[in-house]
Amino acid sequence: MATSTTKVLTGEEPPAPPGAPGGGKTARRRSALLHRLDVKGAPLAFVAPFFIVFAAFSFYPLVYTSWISLHDVELATLDVMEWVAFDNYVELWGDSRFWNALQNTVTIGVISTVPQLMMALGLAHLLNYRMRASLFFRVASLVPYATSVAAAALVFTMIFERDFGMINWALGSVGIDPVDWEADKWPAQVAISTIVIWRWTGYNALLYLAAMQAVPAERYEAASIDGASRWKQFTHVTVPGIRSTIVFTIVLSTIGATQLFGEPLIFGQGPNGVTGGADNQYQTLGLLLYEEGWKNYQMGRSATVAWAMFMLLVLAFAAQRLIKRLRSRTS
Amino acid sequence: MGTYGSLRRKAVATTAAVGALALVVGCGGSDDSVTGGGKKDGKVTITMGLFGVMGLKETGLLEQYEKENPEVDIKAEIAGDEQTYYPALQTRLAAGKGLKDIQGIEIGRAKEITETQADKFADFAGMAGTDHFLPWKQSQISTADGKVLGLGTDIGPMAVCYRKDYFERAGLPTDREEVGTLWEGDWKKYVEVGRTFKKDFKGDEVAFTDSASGLFNAMVYGYPEQYYDEKGDLIYDRNPAVKEAWGLASDAAEEGLTARLRQFQPGWDPGLANGTFATAVCPAWMLSHISEKAGEANKGKWDVARAPRGANWGGSFLGVIEQSPVKEEAMKLVAWLTAPEQQAHIFQKIGNIPSSEKALENADVKNAESEYFGNAPIGQIFGAAAQEIPDKQVLGRKDGAIKDTFSQGLALVEQGTSRDEAWKTTTERIEKAVG
Repeated sequence: MATSTTKVLTGEEPPAPPGAPGGGKTARRRSALLHRLDVKGAPLAFVAPFFIVFAAFSFYPLVYTSWISLHDVELATLDVMEWVAFDNYVELWGDSRFWNALQNTVTIGVISTVPQLMMALGLAHLLNYRMRASLFFRVASLVPYATSVAAAALVFTMIFERDFGMINWALGSVGIDPVDWEADKWPAQVAISTIVIWRWTGYNALLYLAAMQAVPAERYEAASIDGASRWKQFTHVTVPGIRSTIVFTIVLSTIGATQLFGEPLIFGQGPNGVTGGADNQYQTLGLLLYEEGWKNYQMGRSATVAWAMFMLLVLAFAAQRLIKRLRSRTS
Repeated sequence: MGTYGSLRRKAVATTAAVGALALVVGCGGSDDSVTGGGKKDGKVTITMGLFGVMGLKETGLLEQYEKENPEVDIKAEIAGDEQTYYPALQTRLAAGKGLKDIQGIEIGRAKEITETQADKFADFAGMAGTDHFLPWKQSQISTADGKVLGLGTDIGPMAVCYRKDYFERAGLPTDREEVGTLWEGDWKKYVEVGRTFKKDFKGDEVAFTDSASGLFNAMVYGYPEQYYDEKGDLIYDRNPAVKEAWGLASDAAEEGLTARLRQFQPGWDPGLANGTFATAVCPAWMLSHISEKAGEANKGKWDVARAPRGANWGGSFLGVIEQSPVKEEAMKLVAWLTAPEQQAHIFQKIGNIPSSEKALENADVKNAESEYFGNAPIGQIFGAAAQEIPDKQVLGRKDGAIKDTFSQGLALVEQGTSRDEAWKTTTERIEKAVG
């Protein structure tokens, strides 16, 4: 900020020539200078806090993490760093736990995101109808989002408990054998996805609802005059109308799914939470990062996982852009 | 008026920008004291960082000390569990900031502290009146060159907790002396009793023991060397004691003698309340957990018998930070808190077994009984178990992580993985964890 002000002062405002006649001119000049400062400097001053905070709490950690990932560092002795270049990355590439975690992140991501967005779309469609107490339903659908991850995950952990959980009790009452939700791979991943779906469906539904209300009513009228059924109206008017919002929620959910951490950690409880089950059956990349850092105390390897996650998101973004470009070229 | 307004606007903008900067810079500001403790106007403030239920605050000892020493003000911060407490402590030790004058140290971390952080802790060696501990307890917190980084609080001698009513329904003896004799001297006999129990038990499905890992821990902790040898080399994959424990625990798991639960995790507590297992290997500090979770409904059904072999699971230390401005006062407080009388007081209040030999000889400790566990003479049972603990116990830096990984390996066996495959997975994971 200081430098930009100096630039304004020195670069664009040459000092008054010596012997300039009259004091009125200097005063006008000064007020012009102040005006320019106000117009050019003030916006910078207003946005500066964000960028300073961003630099301190986002950019610096990002750079420092990449620096750590090139070293062998233990949490107990953070000041002792041994340079290993890209060894951590090479090791991670050959580590079966990484590929397992990546696979789990993708599968949990898919079985949580797809049903979640579908249900959100349906829910938004229903909320969009004129009905009694619509405000109540809208607020109610946002309540899970306002619940903390810890509380939600803890409650679901109890519901999915093997011996005395509610779900196994319900299954038992219709004659189905109890499922070991934590110990078996797919049940565990489904259970974790349930927590994610429960928390985020309402939030996405409200985003969709807001977008739906911006779709002009004339289109629906035109469609119904053409004899389109409710379902046809939904698929041909509503969905194309809120397309950009759908893309937005997909991007957000993908980022969220990549960083999935709190739900499986609390679902597993204790050591099993950190490793994502006794067999790593639901260990996500976020949990692998945590295991390396706060169970094995290997900060270098932990930072490497963090960067691998970041690169994955960059890759996903690049792939999405590429596909978009290819599609626009073909059409 | 106009000029004044625009001036004011500018002033506000400048103040906002400066304020934002000050906020950011403010984070770097520091106190005079690294530990938060200090001396002022004749008052001494001592800060403490503790975890779990160490009993210092819970039994009113800190208050008592403040009353006896009116110039002292103690501020204790207690973390819920040690798994969150320790990484934070490590970060603070590395940064040299945010520490407390007195810090708790769990036995599983003792080795790591003595090997990597010895210069950050004050030395208790030769301090007057601190020679009353069990010999092995203080050696665990001593460095190779004889520095003593803390004083012991409690220890975790083991016994077996069992349900009398279930034993009766399986035609087994119920008297704690007879039960102890059933498996005296060998954990194999304990598993043998389990087989009899499974065969003869009449009624709903009840497992003999809660988890394979509980049995595994109890066996391994009974040997002087566990996962490391004295030179500090890893021997977990060739130590006969570990292999024997793995084998026996796998037997129990494969034969369905366990309830496939994880201790202290969800499922275990309702298991206690609903009685889904008949025995649990229990260190002294576990009794309060069992009585609380099993609840009034099961009062008098549980009892405590001797374990086949003496072993130690858990226990803690209190250390003082070298840089503390109130180092002398903090060390005095630690010595007082770990003195025999105070340890006996904690035992009587919440059942943590003293690490002080003198406190163990205290008549009140020796004759203590547990009303919940059918008036079992826990003072005698755990006192005797404490004497059986091997005099030398070799600790290692990654003991905690290795123990957790073995527990998960046994969970795999309980879930149906073959024991060889589970062993392979476990050793591979440990290699990752220690390297």
